[in-house]
Amino acid sequence: MAVLDAPRIVTSRLAFEDSHTLARYLATGGYEALRKALAMHPEQVAAEVDQASLLGRGGAGFPAGRKWSMLRPSEVAYLVVNGDESEPATFKDHLLVERDPHQLVEGVIIAAYALQVNRAFIYLRGEFALGLERVQAALNDAYDHGALGRDIFGSGFSLDVVVHPGAGAYICGEETALLEGLEGKRGFPRIKPPFFPAAQGLYGEPTVVNNVETMSNLPWIVLNGGAAFAALGAGRSTGTRLFALAGRVNRPGVYEVEMVKNTFRDLIYDPAFGAGVPGDRPVKAFIPGGVSAPWFGPDQLDLPLGQDEVGAQGSMLGSGSVVVLDDTTCAVRAAWRITKFFSRESCGQCTPCREGSGWIERAMYRLEHGGGRAEDLDLLLDLCDNIAPGLTWPPQQTTICVLGPSIPSSVHAAIEMFKDEFLAHVETQGCPFD
Amino acid sequence: MSHLRVDLRQRAEELVALYPRPRSAMLPLLHLVQEQDGYVSPEGIDEVAELTGTTPADVRGTASFYDMFHLEPVGRYVVGVCTNIACLLAGGEELLAHASARLDCAVGSTTDDGLFTLEETECLADCGHAPCVTVNHRYVRATTPEAFDAVIDEVRQGRREHEIPDHGTLVRVRRNGGLRVPDDVVAAERAAAKAARARRLEEAN
Amino acid sequence: MNGRAVEATPGELLIDVAERAGTYIPRFCYHPRMEPVGMCRMCLVEVEGPRGATLQPACYQHVNDGMVVTTDSPKAKKAQEGVLEFLLANHPLDCPVCDKGGECPLQDQTLTHGPGETRFVEEKRHYVKPIEIGPLVLLDRERCIQCARCTRFSAEVAGDTEIAFAGRGDLIEVAPSPEHPFGSVFSGNTVQICPVGALTAKPYRFAARPWDLDQVESTCTQCAVGCRVAVQSSGNRLTRVLGVDSDPVNHGWLCDKGRFTLDAVDGHEGLDDPLDPRARVTSPLVRRDGVLVEASWAEALAHAAALLSAAREDGGVGVVGGAALTNESAYAWARVAREVLRTEHVDAQYGDGLDARRMLALPGATIDDACGARVVLTLCGDPREELPVLFLRLRGALVRPGHDLVELAVGPSALHPLATVSIPVRPGEAHRVVEAILDAGRAPADLALDEDARERARRLLADGEGVVVVAGRTNLAEDPAVVERALTRLAEALPRARFLVASRRGNVRGAIDAGLAPGLRPGRALGTPGRDTLAQLAALREGAQRAVVVLGDLLGNVLDRSGAEAALERADVVVVTGHGGATLAHADVVLPAAVQHERAGTVTNLEGRVSAVVPKVVAPGAAWPDVAIAAELARALGGDLAMDSVEGAARAYESSTGYPALTVLVDATSEGRLAGSPSAPAPRRALDPMAFPGIRSAEWVGLGEPGGDVAELTPSAAPTLAAPTLADLGPAPTPAVPGRDAYGLALRVAPRLYDHGVAVTGSPALAALVGPAEARLNPGDLDRLGLDTGGRLLVRAVGREVELVVARDDEVPRGVLEVAFGALGATGDVAALADPGAVITQVKVEAR
Ligand SMILES: Cc1cc2nc3c(=O)[nH]c(=O)nc-3n(C[C@H](O)[C@H](O)[C@H](O)COP(=O)(O)O)c2cc1C
Ligand code: SF4
Ligand code: FES
Repeated sequence: MAVLDAPRIVTSRLAFEDSHTLARYLATGGYEALRKALAMHPEQVAAEVDQASLLGRGGAGFPAGRKWSMLRPSEVAYLVVNGDESEPATFKDHLLVERDPHQLVEGVIIAAYALQVNRAFIYLRGEFALGLERVQAALNDAYDHGALGRDIFGSGFSLDVVVHPGAGAYICGEETALLEGLEGKRGFPRIKPPFFPAAQGLYGEPTVVNNVETMSNLPWIVLNGGAAFAALGAGRSTGTRLFALAGRVNRPGVYEVEMVKNTFRDLIYDPAFGAGVPGDRPVKAFIPGGVSAPWFGPDQLDLPLGQDEVGAQGSMLGSGSVVVLDDTTCAVRAAWRITKFFSRESCGQCTPCREGSGWIERAMYRLEHGGGRAEDLDLLLDLCDNIAPGLTWPPQQTTICVLGPSIPSSVHAAIEMFKDEFLAHVETQGCPFD
Repeated sequence: MSHLRVDLRQRAEELVALYPRPRSAMLPLLHLVQEQDGYVSPEGIDEVAELTGTTPADVRGTASFYDMFHLEPVGRYVVGVCTNIACLLAGGEELLAHASARLDCAVGSTTDDGLFTLEETECLADCGHAPCVTVNHRYVRATTPEAFDAVIDEVRQGRREHEIPDHGTLVRVRRNGGLRVPDDVVAAERAAAKAARARRLEEAN
Repeated sequence: MNGRAVEATPGELLIDVAERAGTYIPRFCYHPRMEPVGMCRMCLVEVEGPRGATLQPACYQHVNDGMVVTTDSPKAKKAQEGVLEFLLANHPLDCPVCDKGGECPLQDQTLTHGPGETRFVEEKRHYVKPIEIGPLVLLDRERCIQCARCTRFSAEVAGDTEIAFAGRGDLIEVAPSPEHPFGSVFSGNTVQICPVGALTAKPYRFAARPWDLDQVESTCTQCAVGCRVAVQSSGNRLTRVLGVDSDPVNHGWLCDKGRFTLDAVDGHEGLDDPLDPRARVTSPLVRRDGVLVEASWAEALAHAAALLSAAREDGGVGVVGGAALTNESAYAWARVAREVLRTEHVDAQYGDGLDARRMLALPGATIDDACGARVVLTLCGDPREELPVLFLRLRGALVRPGHDLVELAVGPSALHPLATVSIPVRPGEAHRVVEAILDAGRAPADLALDEDARERARRLLADGEGVVVVAGRTNLAEDPAVVERALTRLAEALPRARFLVASRRGNVRGAIDAGLAPGLRPGRALGTPGRDTLAQLAALREGAQRAVVVLGDLLGNVLDRSGAEAALERADVVVVTGHGGATLAHADVVLPAAVQHERAGTVTNLEGRVSAVVPKVVAPGAAWPDVAIAAELARALGGDLAMDSVEGAARAYESSTGYPALTVLVDATSEGRLAGSPSAPAPRRALDPMAFPGIRSAEWVGLGEPGGDVAELTPSAAPTLAAPTLADLGPAPTPAVPGRDAYGLALRVAPRLYDHGVAVTGSPALAALVGPAEARLNPGDLDRLGLDTGGRLLVRAVGREVELVVARDDEVPRGVLEVAFGALGATGDVAALADPGAVITQVKVEAR
C-alpha cells in the first residue's frame, strides 16, 4: 500500500509540540515561500496555483486558480478565509488553525499578493477559542516579523489581515452567509445571482473566499512548484488532502492522504489511519464527505479518494470528513440526528429548508421512538423530493443555498439502503437497536 | 456614558476601526459585551447599536441568530456536550444524560449556584475526541463520565482558571495595534500594480 | 413564457413581466415596493439554462432576451404545492378567529392550490399569543410565515429598523428590542402588508370581518401629502383605513396618524360638551344669554346672517381657516367672502404657513421631481413629523446613489442621517445663510458657517439644474419673512431650481388655490390685498374689524393663543366646524359640518395634485357638508352662489378657472391630476391583493361616468390656470432680525405628528402617543448650563415663565431652544413663550 509515500504538505510540522510558534515556523522553512512569491510577479504566483490544480478544500471543490482568475477588476477587493468549519465530523481546519497558524497566515499573504488585494479577513469559527488566540498571535508575530503590514519584506506590497470571530452558526460556512456575518449581519445566505463573491462579495466588492486548508497548501506549492503538486494524486484531484475520520473506527483523527492513490478502505482500515472498526464489526455504511453527502455502502469501500471518482458514484468528498457506521449503528437514529442538525442550523429564510427540515426531523424522531407508520416512508421521500426535486445527484434545488438540498441526503440514503430497518421500527414501534 | 468598562470601550473602538464599515464589528463587539456582562445585556445591545450605527432591534436580532450569544444570563461556565453524528456514535447522548444528572440541571438550564449552564451542542469540530465536551469553548476532552466528573470538580475547585476564562472567547485574543496600511496606500498600490501588470502584458505581446 | 412570446425590458423582474402578460405567479414574500429577498420560495418556475430547465424563483430573476420560462409545468406546480404545504405545516388552524380570515393571501392560495388535507401529523409550534410589539401592533407569532415583509419595510422603507428578525431557522420571529418597542410612526404599514394574520392592529383587532366591510377609495387629509386610501366601514361605522398604491404619491404607505385617526370622526358617542375637542358638533348652536344652545338650521343661519350683515356695514367681516375643507367648499367660501360678505380678509392659514402668493410664484416641483432630483435642498421642518409619507418618498430616493441632500438644518430631522451636507441654521438666519452659500465671498463671522460645508453646498447646487428645494415653515416662532426671503433669493440665484412647498396641513394648498388667501382669487389669480389671519386677529382686538367667520379650529392651531382669545372675545364669531374645541367658547353661532370620510369633493396636495375624497359614512345629527353651509349662509345674507351641490361647486370652479375639480370628482379612483399641468394622468397600476391585502378593487365608488357637460370642461375649453410670478410680486422684503443676545437662546417652535390637535386627541389609540413637553437643546448648550437629559430648565420670555424638562439633541443648532407646538409643560402652554410680534423670540434660561 502506498499510503504514506506522499510528502506531508500541510501537516509537516505537527510532530512538534510548539508547531504554532514563529520560532518553530522559521526553523522549519517558514516564510521562505512568501519571500519567493514576493520575488515573482503576482500573475506567476497565480499561475503556479492554477497549474497545481488545487481544488478548494471547503466543500465545493472549485479550483482555486480558476476562482482567482474570476476576480472582477475593481478599485477595492478583498480576500476572505473561510475558517468556520462546522460541518459535522469535520475537524481538519481546527487542527490547522491551532497547530500551524503561521502556515495559514503565510498562505493568506501569498494569496493576497497573487490577487493583489491589500485587505484580508480570516473568519474563524467562534468556538475555536484557542484557534482564535493562536491565529491572532501568529498575525501579531507576522507583523513584527515584517511579513505583514506596510511594504512586506521590502517588496512594496502591503497587507492587513484581520481575524474575525464567528459566533456559532453553521450556515456562516456558506460563503455568502459568511460575508453577511463579516458585515455584522444575520448569517443569511445571499440570493444568486450574483453567483460568485468574486464578482460581488464583501460590501458588494469583488472578493475571493477560500478555505483554511486551501490557503495552507499555498506555501508548499510556491516552494515546490505547481507541477510538483499536480504530480501527486490523479486527474483533477491533485496533491494531498486532509481527511477527518470519525465514527466507528479505532483511530479517529485527521490524516493527510494523497488523493486518488488511496481508497476509503485504506483510510478506514490502514493501521496508519483508522486501523479498522472496533471489535472488527462490519462497516454498514459510511458518509464520504460530511453529513451533507449521500451515504455509501460497504460496496463502495474501494472507491479511490478522488473528487470526480466519488462524484460519479452519486456523492461527494465535500468537507473531507468520513464517518463510519457499523452494524451496531441504527440508521434511523443516525439519519434523524443529522436532520436535527440541519433543522437547528437552517438559517430560516427558505420555506422548504426551514419547515421541511423540522417536519422531517420530527417524523424521523417519531419513527425512532416508537410512533412510526408504514406510510411515513413515502411521506418522507416525498418531502425530500419537495426540497430537492428528483432526488438526483448533484441535487436540484428549491432553496437559496445548498443547505436545503443537503437535508434529504441522509434520510433518502437511509431509506433507500435500510428500508427494512425502517419497517422494523414501525413494526416494533421502537428502535430494534435499543 | 458608556456601559462597557473603560478598557473594553477602548477595545471596542479599536475593533470598529479594523473594518471598512462599523457594522462589521458587530460580532466581536457582542463577544466583548458578553465577556463583561456574562450575556448580551440590554445595555450592551444599546451600546453596540451606537458603535455600529444600527438599532437595538437590529443588534438583538443579529445576536439571536448566533448560538454563542446568550440573551439571558447564563452560568459562569457554559458546558457544551456534543451529540452530533460522530459523538452520537461514541456515546454523546449518554454523556449528556450523565452531565445533566451530575450537574443536577436540565439541558439548557443553569445550576442553582449559577456556576454551570449545560448545553447540548452541534458538532464542535473535535470529533477525534468524541464525545466532545467544552467548557467556555475550551476543549476539555472529557470523553467518559469519569473524565467529565473530574473536569467539573477541577473547575469547581478553581483549578482550571488559568485555562478556562469566564465567558466568551475573545479575552485572550488581543491584536497588537490597528491597521497598518492606510486607505491611500491601498489605493496607490492597487493603481501601481494595475499599471505594472498592464506593462508586463504589453511587453509579453 | 409557457410557449408564448412576451415582451419585456432586460433587467425587469420575471414575476412582474409575467403578471403584465397575464400570468400570475404565486408569491408571498415578494412586494413590488421593496427589494426582493426570495425567501418564501413560492414563486418557483422552470427556467431553461445551460443545464436544462431548473427551478428558479421568479421574484428575483431578471429577464433577458430569449429566456424560456414555464410557470405551469408539473415540476413547477409540484414545487409550488410543496412550498405551500410546508408553509401550512406549522400554521395554526385558527382562521375562524383570525382577523385576516377572508382576506388572507395564505388562505386564498390554500383554497385555490392547496392540499385538500394535511399530511402533517406532528405537533405544531406553539407560542404565547398575541404579544404587543408596539403601542399599535400585536403579533401572533405562530401565524408568521417569515416572509420578511414587515422587517424589510422597517429597515428598507421606514429606515428605522425598530423590528427585526430574531432567532434562526424555524424559531425565527419578528421582534423589537424589548426596551424599545415598535413605536415607528409607520407601524401600521407592516400590518397592512403582512400576508397572514401575524401582525394585527390593535384598534382594528376583532372589530369586523372583511366580508362585512364596504369600502371607497379616497384621499387622506391628515396632512398635505394626500395619500390615497381605501376607507372601509361596517354599516355606518368606520372600521379601517388602508393605503392604496398611488404611483405619484404614497406607493401604498400611510403614516399611523392617517391610518388610525378614525375614532376622531365617529368615536364621539356620549360626548356632548362642545368645548371638548373629542366631541362632534351635531346640531347648530346659538349663544343665548351667554350659553350655547341647540338651534334649528333656520334659526342659526338667520342669527349668523344678522351678525354678519351688521358687521359687513360696520367695521367689516373676515374669514379665517378652511385648510381642512374640500376644494369645492373652499371655493364656495372664497366666493361667499368676496361676493356676499364683501371682504378681502380671508386666510386659510393660521399664521403657521408662508405667504401664499410667494409660494405659488415659486417654480413648482412634484414629489416625483424631488425624488428624481440630483440634489434635494431642504429648508423645512422634520418631514417625518410634518409630512410623513413625503419623508418616506424622499428617503427612498436619497438612499440610492446619484442623489445628494443639502440640508439647511433648522432642527432635528429624520432626513439628517442622509445629508451629504448639513448646515445648521438658527432662527432669523436662514436668508443670510442662503446668501452666504450663494455668494463665494467671505461669510459673515457671526453665522459661524463651516467653510467646507458651505463650499460643498455651493458646488452641489451649481446653477440649480436638477435641484429641488423642499421648503416649508421652519419655525412657528419666527417671522415667515425670513424663510420667504431665503426662498426668493434661491429662486433668483438658481433659476433652474424648482420648489416643493411643504405646507403641512390637510388641504391648505387646495384652499389657497381656491382663493382662501389674502391677495388671491379662486384659481391662483392675484387679487386685492387683504388681512391675513394674524392681521385680522389684531384688527379684531383693536376694533378695526367687527366679525369673523372661523372655518375650523382657530385656537388649537394658532401660536399666540391668548392674543387670539382676546380677539374673539371682542368679535362677533361664527364658527363652521365638525369638531368641538376651545374656539367654540367664543362662538356666537356654530354651524355643524361634515368632516373627512363624510363628504365628497376634491382636495389638492402639496405638489398641486387634485384627487377625490369620497364619503363613506353619513355625518352625524344635523351636520351638513360645508358647501351647503356656504350656499345657505349666502342665501340668508341675500346672495346666491348658484351652486347647491358639490358637483355644482366643482363645475363652477372648473369652468371659471380651469381647476380640474369636476374632472377629478367624476373619476374618483384615478391618481388625480396636477392642477395647471396639461398632462393626462397615468394609468393606474392594477391592485395586487397580495401586495396590499384587504383592499378589494371591485368596490370602487365614484360619481360614475363623466357626463356630457364634463366633456365641455376638457382643458381646451376651460381657461388655463396661471400662477403669479415672482416678478409680479416684487422683491421679498429683508426681515429686520434683532442682534443675537449672547446669554439667551433663540426659540424654535416646531409641529409634531402626534400633537394636541383634533385628529390625535379624538383617537384614543393615538392620544396615548403624544410625546412629553420638553426643551431640546444642543449638547454644547446643555453642558454650559450643567444639565443633561431629564434635567429641569426655567425658561423666561415676554414676561412669561415655563419650567421644562430638557433633552440632549445634537441636531438642534447651538444657541437654540426647541419645543414642540402644542406641548403642555408643567406650567402651561410652551408655545406661549413666543413673542407674537417679533421676528424671532429670544428666551432666557436658567438651570433648575
Ligand atoms: C451550508 C454550507 C456550509 C459550508 N461550510 C463551510 C465551512 O465550514 N468551511 C468552508 O471552508 N467551506 C464551507 N462551505 C463551502 C463554502 O461555501 C465555500 O465554497 C468555500 O469556503 C470556498 O473555499 P474553497 O474554494 O477553498 O473550498 C459551506 C457551504 C455550505 C453550502
Ligand atoms: S437553504 Fe436553508 S440555510 Fe440555505 S438559505 Fe435557505 S433556509 Fe437558509
Ligand atoms: S421567493 Fe419569490 S415571492 Fe417569495
